[in-house]
Amino acid sequence: MTLKWLTGLTVVSLAVTVVLALVVAPADAVQGDAYRLMYLHVPTAWLAYLAFFVTAVASALWLWPRTRSTTWDLLAGASAEVGVIFTGLCLAMGSFWGRPIWGTWWEWDARVTTTAVLFFLYLGYLALRRTGVTAAERGKRCAIAALIAFADVPVVHFSVTWWETLHQDATVFNPKLDVHFEGFWMPFTLVFAVFAFTLLYATLVTARLQLAELEEGKEERELERAIERRVRVPAEQVPV
Amino acid sequence: MRVPSRVISLQSAVCLLGRFPALAGADLEVNAGDVVLLAGPNGAGKTTLLRLCAGLLAVRSGRAVVLGHDLASDRRAVRRSVGMVGHETFAYDDLTVSENVRFATRAAGRTREDADAAIVRVGLAELTGVAHGRLSQGQRRRLSLAIALARDPRLLLLDEPHAGLDAEGRAVVDDVMANAPTEGRTVLIASHEVDLARRFATREVAIVAGRAYEGRTAVAKVEPLMKVSP
Amino acid sequence: MSILRSSLLVAGKDLRIERRSRVAMQQVLPFGAIVLVLFAFALDPDRGLLSRVAPGLFWTAVLLAALLAVGRAFAVEEGNAARDGLRLSGLDGIAIFFGKAVAIVVELAVLEVVLGLGVVVLYDVEVHGLLLIVAAAIPATIGLAATGTVYGVLGLGVRARETLVPLLVLPAVTPVMLGGTQAFDAALDGRPGDGWPWVQLLWAFALLVVTLGALAFGPLLEES
Repeated sequence: MTLKWLTGLTVVSLAVTVVLALVVAPADAVQGDAYRLMYLHVPTAWLAYLAFFVTAVASALWLWPRTRSTTWDLLAGASAEVGVIFTGLCLAMGSFWGRPIWGTWWEWDARVTTTAVLFFLYLGYLALRRTGVTAAERGKRCAIAALIAFADVPVVHFSVTWWETLHQDATVFNPKLDVHFEGFWMPFTLVFAVFAFTLLYATLVTARLQLAELEEGKEERELERAIERRVRVPAEQVPV
Repeated sequence: MRVPSRVISLQSAVCLLGRFPALAGADLEVNAGDVVLLAGPNGAGKTTLLRLCAGLLAVRSGRAVVLGHDLASDRRAVRRSVGMVGHETFAYDDLTVSENVRFATRAAGRTREDADAAIVRVGLAELTGVAHGRLSQGQRRRLSLAIALARDPRLLLLDEPHAGLDAEGRAVVDDVMANAPTEGRTVLIASHEVDLARRFATREVAIVAGRAYEGRTAVAKVEPLMKVSP
Repeated sequence: MSILRSSLLVAGKDLRIERRSRVAMQQVLPFGAIVLVLFAFALDPDRGLLSRVAPGLFWTAVLLAALLAVGRAFAVEEGNAARDGLRLSGLDGIAIFFGKAVAIVVELAVLEVVLGLGVVVLYDVEVHGLLLIVAAAIPATIGLAATGTVYGVLGLGVRARETLVPLLVLPAVTPVMLGGTQAFDAALDGRPGDGWPWVQLLWAFALLVVTLGALAFGPLLEES
């Protein structure tokens, strides 16, 4: 079925990516082999934001009465769960990559800081999702929270970018983690890595969504049964 | 504006409280000027029914039309024509009797005079400057009644109207129930005290396990299931 | 009733409750002041560090105290099923949003003046560029109050509301924190030119949150 195909395709792409990233692509002139973390870091960063975008779009679709469907709510949640993992990975990767380059575990540059704020926005959203059991209870609150957070991200990004330009001079040694692309294989590997990771994202979200729909279906059936039981009250209790 | 003569029309209405079907297929037809007693044991769905008619709850399935508004699409519109006196008073502890009633009244687009008149009617005129948090339970319920009356509601929903009231309070509530039809109000009374409500009720409905059963015989069957109220 | 009159009615109600109960004055304000003192304990008060980082410390203290103020503003609606009362009242969601937000703005304004004085006194700060300071504080406070109001109503009726709402609010008000700090920094340093762009950012944020909040408040109140 689709999930199986997707999983298979993802595994293959990731395997190819590993080969490309570790073997085929040449070492960087400045950073040596350390730069290869980029092939992990950049895709996770892309996915952190893509996942959030999907959550926002799914939330909007759920809110709009004409397109409302439980699937959208579940998709928003699934994407957020996968997204928060990639955001955490992105921050961790950035840190590991930066340590040999910067000399520190963290630098307050614009991208890292915005991603950190994004991480907290995710955590808040996921905490909110856990407060309601059924889609009906969660629905509006989570959808609106996701949209507000999504609208907030550009403003946060803008303010942090601006903030960074102000204190860049203060740091003595703050080289960017940007890598200068040479030849064909470096950019190709990066694009392929992004593609492979996007497949990974799609696989994880689909799997999570299917699980969520099963759970939701079970809740619905239990609810229907409870209503049925109540509606068909035994004869002795009926006062007429 | 012509008020529709069918004030409430529920057909197989199902209402959820969380995951529990508090109303499981309730049928109820109420006409203008009716004073309806809803009798039933705890947990049967009386309060839920009242809250539904107030436009506070969503209908999961079935049909629910109150004062001409379909609750599935437009339940907010019902609220301004409804007055509810329930377990909670909807008031702010730090505000005085007068401030609470005036706030609710002005929010509904009515005047300060309407508020003050309602306070007098429920007999709280001497306590206008007392904070809600300092009132006794009976006084709080009367405040709640004042808030409901000041809005001049077409539909009055009373949940255990005599609960917590002293003799004077009960007299006030009885007066409201007695005069409701002449004032053009339709009343739903959820009560344990069947005999009491019977004095004013034009109809009786038994509420059991989330459904409604019309008539005296039904209520008679339900009476033994109800706890004696304190 | 018009949105304006309804908003003023709700704001008046909230401020009257505050005047009666004095929670903001007697609890939130001291809390903010204590945070300022804690900062002094955390950083060495002798090396002029405090006065250099005073803008950031000020806004951090305001932010934390604002969380309390927002919590209080909605705790008031939890008692006696007041939120049912609000829904029954027939007031428009937009009006209730503006009313509650305005009341919080007033409380925060008082808080900021007092904490501002506290910072000047405790951290030995010389005040320059007061115009820029006030010009920045206004949109910052509006943005803060609006964010708190929309997340506050979102939290009504939710379990663990007291911990969840702060978690939601703090990352969202990053622009206020950055903008406020940078604008105040520029003002105190005598570089007002650097500060005015931040004021614009603060206004952009405030407008964004006020718009989203006004639209979302009604539906969220229904859910609570």
